[in-house]
Amino acid sequence: MSDAPEAPVAPEVRQPVVTPVRVIIALCLVAPFVAMLWVSSYAKADPDFIGIPFFYWYQMLWVLISTALTLIAYQLWQRDQRGRKALKDGASR
Amino acid sequence: MNDGVNGVALAVFIFFFLAVTVMGFLASRWRRAENEQSLDEWGLGGRSFGTWVTWFLLGGDLYTAYTFVAVPAAIYAAGAAGFFAVPYTILVYPLIFTFLPRLWSVSHKHGYVTTSDFVRGRFGSKGLSLAVAVTGILATMPYIALQLVGIQAVLDVMGVGGGEDTNWFIKDLPLLIAFGVLAAYTYSSGLRAPALIAFVKDTLIYIVIVVAIIYIPIKLGGFDDIFSAAGEKFSATNEATGKPVGSLVPGDAGTWTYATLALGSALALFMYPHSITATLSSRSRDVIRRNTTILPLYSLMLGLLALLGFMAIAAGVKVENGQLAIPQLFEDMFPDWFTGVAFAAIGIGALVPAAIMSIAAANLFTRNIYKDFIRPDATPAQETKVSKLVSLLVKVGALAFVLTMDKTVAINFQLLGGIWILQTMPALVGGLFTRWFHRWALLAGWAVGMVYGTVAAYGVASPTQKHFGGSSKEIPGIGEIGYIGLTAFVLNVVVTVVLTFVLKAVGAPDGIDETSPEDYTADAGDKGVAVELPKVGAGH
Repeated sequence: MSDAPEAPVAPEVRQPVVTPVRVIIALCLVAPFVAMLWVSSYAKADPDFIGIPFFYWYQMLWVLISTALTLIAYQLWQRDQRGRKALKDGASR
Repeated sequence: MNDGVNGVALAVFIFFFLAVTVMGFLASRWRRAENEQSLDEWGLGGRSFGTWVTWFLLGGDLYTAYTFVAVPAAIYAAGAAGFFAVPYTILVYPLIFTFLPRLWSVSHKHGYVTTSDFVRGRFGSKGLSLAVAVTGILATMPYIALQLVGIQAVLDVMGVGGGEDTNWFIKDLPLLIAFGVLAAYTYSSGLRAPALIAFVKDTLIYIVIVVAIIYIPIKLGGFDDIFSAAGEKFSATNEATGKPVGSLVPGDAGTWTYATLALGSALALFMYPHSITATLSSRSRDVIRRNTTILPLYSLMLGLLALLGFMAIAAGVKVENGQLAIPQLFEDMFPDWFTGVAFAAIGIGALVPAAIMSIAAANLFTRNIYKDFIRPDATPAQETKVSKLVSLLVKVGALAFVLTMDKTVAINFQLLGGIWILQTMPALVGGLFTRWFHRWALLAGWAVGMVYGTVAAYGVASPTQKHFGGSSKEIPGIGEIGYIGLTAFVLNVVVTVVLTFVLKAVGAPDGIDETSPEDYTADAGDKGVAVELPKVGAGH
């Protein structure tokens, strides 16, 4: 994440496309793909949860994890857009 | 199965069915706008739905009756392999978070009603737009037919429709009535009907799932007993293949299949016309993003529902047709009145998506075939009229399909439809982010993907079928078994990229792009968006 470019303090309203916040958003959105497509990481029966094999409860747990991640991405994106809008309005005033 | 009619269940079923019928017809008055005779009104509900209506509509649309019957049926038959539906629906939401808001914005700005409208506007190619439209219609038809299969399954278990020896008309009469009613209110109310009915459908479904997932395990002695019964069944040897009939956890050989099926299906889901129709009917860009954070509730429900497949095994449900496993489990386990509620949930669960699908297919025909090729000067009122008629035709077609042909034909086509619809992704999603692809290259890539996918699926044999026996096959060059649709998609992208380089090098003429970069981020309230919608089809 550290290699994301710093926001320049240029006088122009032009803002960088890649910012640390956007990198976090991207990570939140990519994480479920890594977790779910790496099937061999969860293709096993133990440990079970109230009798449900690992394979099943782990994926259901990821429904919740991915929902939380999407929610974070959504909040960060809202903030990112508001910030940009404020900057733009401030600059054009 | 057909051991007499379950009277109480049937009465409850009919009660709910009548209730939604009344709602369907009243829906035309719900949020009625002034300009009724436009496709924006009939086909997109006035593009006015907020977060919750969109949530119910999308949920009602994507998690169909067939899903409810087929996913546990797959688990019942083979175990772990059927559970891919859960990672599949997990992956859908991060995906649509990224691209659907852009599609919403550009569609609002330019008055696009279908994906093909966008593709034509973006690439200036009627040919490419026609390809996308035809693929969409072809993929949707068998999907509608499968909704009927879902209704048939519950009618069968309730004992309605008589035995094998009754005359075909009596046997199919309940289905004919259900579909006649559906067709009538879709015709009169458009997208508003399924949007309103979706409330009932989803509420019923949630109640049934919650009750089932608590009540049935208690009756069966807990999940330990359920899974050990299932493990026992799956370890039996299949006489035809000499391998175990299923497994509780996918083996090494199955992991590629599992992952590619999940990914390929996730990519395909929002290429389906009915998903897009429900999305475009939302009021703002934000409604869509917010929905990606609440729609996963349905995925959780789907996961729980899938577990019912195991419960059917533990409960000793024995059916030849796996599709009947869950309805039969409900009938065996629940008191009669609640069986009626559960069956109503499945039955209404079929009506909502069937209505949206037929609207979506009708919109595609009207906008991208009728208007583009037959009557370019059609007025919005004429467009709406054509769309209404086509929505009827589409449903009659689906009905004829189910009544005259074997069920497996519909299932085979549905399988093919998933592979096909995925081939429209480079044009649609590619187009949302870049104009780099050449329109002819996209068309060629689409054609290659379609042909490969169809031929490959034709060649898959199963113990019961010579062709279309499944949706996965060895991936050329990798040697693992993977989802055919995804392989075809990769081929499609490779062809598109290579040909784009070639076509650009020889200077092939590019189409005219009527969109501009800021169209893709426009939101309701911005200039030229939402407050007053652009005239349908007026372009810019």
